[in-house]
Amino acid sequence: MSTPKEPAYRKRVGYQAVLLGGFSTLATALLVAGNLATREDILARQQEDLLSSLNQVVPAETYDSDLLNQPLTLQDDKGHDLTVYRGLHGMKVNALAYEIVGQGYAGDIRLIMGINADGEVLGVRVLAHAETPGLGDKIELAKDDWILGFNNRSLTNTTEQQWHVKKDGGEFDQFSGATITPRGVVGAIHQGLKFFQAHRDELLDPPTLTETTVSHADLPLPPKTQE
Amino acid sequence: MSNDYKRLAKDGIWDNNIVFAQALGLCPLLAVTGTATNGLGMGLATTVVLVASGLFISLLRGIITPQVRIPVFVLIIAVLVTLVDMSMNAWVHDLHKVLGLFIPLIVTNCAILGRAESFASRNTVMASMYDGLMMGVGFTLALVVLGATREMLGSGTLFANAEMLLGSWAKAIELTLIPDYKGFLLIILPPGGFLMLGFIMAGKRLIDRSLAERQARMADDDAELTLESTS
Repeated sequence: MSTPKEPAYRKRVGYQAVLLGGFSTLATALLVAGNLATREDILARQQEDLLSSLNQVVPAETYDSDLLNQPLTLQDDKGHDLTVYRGLHGMKVNALAYEIVGQGYAGDIRLIMGINADGEVLGVRVLAHAETPGLGDKIELAKDDWILGFNNRSLTNTTEQQWHVKKDGGEFDQFSGATITPRGVVGAIHQGLKFFQAHRDELLDPPTLTETTVSHADLPLPPKTQE
Repeated sequence: MSNDYKRLAKDGIWDNNIVFAQALGLCPLLAVTGTATNGLGMGLATTVVLVASGLFISLLRGIITPQVRIPVFVLIIAVLVTLVDMSMNAWVHDLHKVLGLFIPLIVTNCAILGRAESFASRNTVMASMYDGLMMGVGFTLALVVLGATREMLGSGTLFANAEMLLGSWAKAIELTLIPDYKGFLLIILPPGGFLMLGFIMAGKRLIDRSLAERQARMADDDAELTLESTS
């Protein structure tokens, strides 16, 4: 680079500018090409991820439709959009799955919960959290089976007071050294069930399936309800 | 020439190791070395970027002027890392799920810019790629050693989840060293990373010093021998 016989043009500002501009253009072109080449694969992988996390909270035998097809968007009580995935069995909405958020010790705990048409929890799993490793991370199924304790719970078989951790006079265990994390998770699931109760009719109203909204039609679809 | 390459290898892996000697790249280092497997994956990804940036920067060293070299190097490295990130996300998605968070961190590894600046911009393509490879191997080694130590002390396992990175055969190297280990939280958290790094660096210096002492003693012996034979 620092050869003694450096050509004079290299010292000019114009050359430097063209060099920087050229490299920026080249970099942009490369990134666009990379994005085009990988976009569809990445999208497909993300759908697979979503489906596999949905299938953890909604057992595959409870529905025979495509879970990712025609998700419902509703507003929760705080005015945020909430995407609800619906599993149909025949023409009836049999299982629902949606994301809930709990306040943990270190920020939001994002969870996904599955619920059946009777308002019973089918399953809950943690999607993302930043809780302390070794203490609060027992909410992950990989670390502890605590999260399975919510299965089959509903607003009817567990009272308002019981929807708390034991320390607050409720039903659910807290962890030694971590109470805030399980408190946040219990609260979020309780809120999730209340959301179901409040929007029961909308949620259980079977969607009208149209060909155009079918993004990946490898799964058999239930018959159409509209002409 | 082969001596030069031997020198490069020795520099990259031991004498001038990115972590243990230069103390560079500590941000990705401390973030990922909770387990040996994460360390290995991060090390391999960094090696790929080091070799590729060595290739491109030494190829382009004739047209890049000293005045604009830094932004151009940064641009090249950032593009490489982004491309690696996107292609891993698309085609080795399971691995990306484990390492995805850390791939963008490679850009923050100043060791890569350091090698581009101090080596690739003034050496041939072959030498630059080889230097990148050796620096990457040294970095990987450091990450695996640190990750393994922290994993053993912190969670009582070794190479946990290695099958996600290397395929199903790697189940064989996943060890649980201490069953029912309650864990040693400090070691898993970043401060533990700093502590372990300090101990390992101290260990390396002790080894270096004893090597140097032995060499000095041998030189002395040689000198005495030659003295005796001449007298």
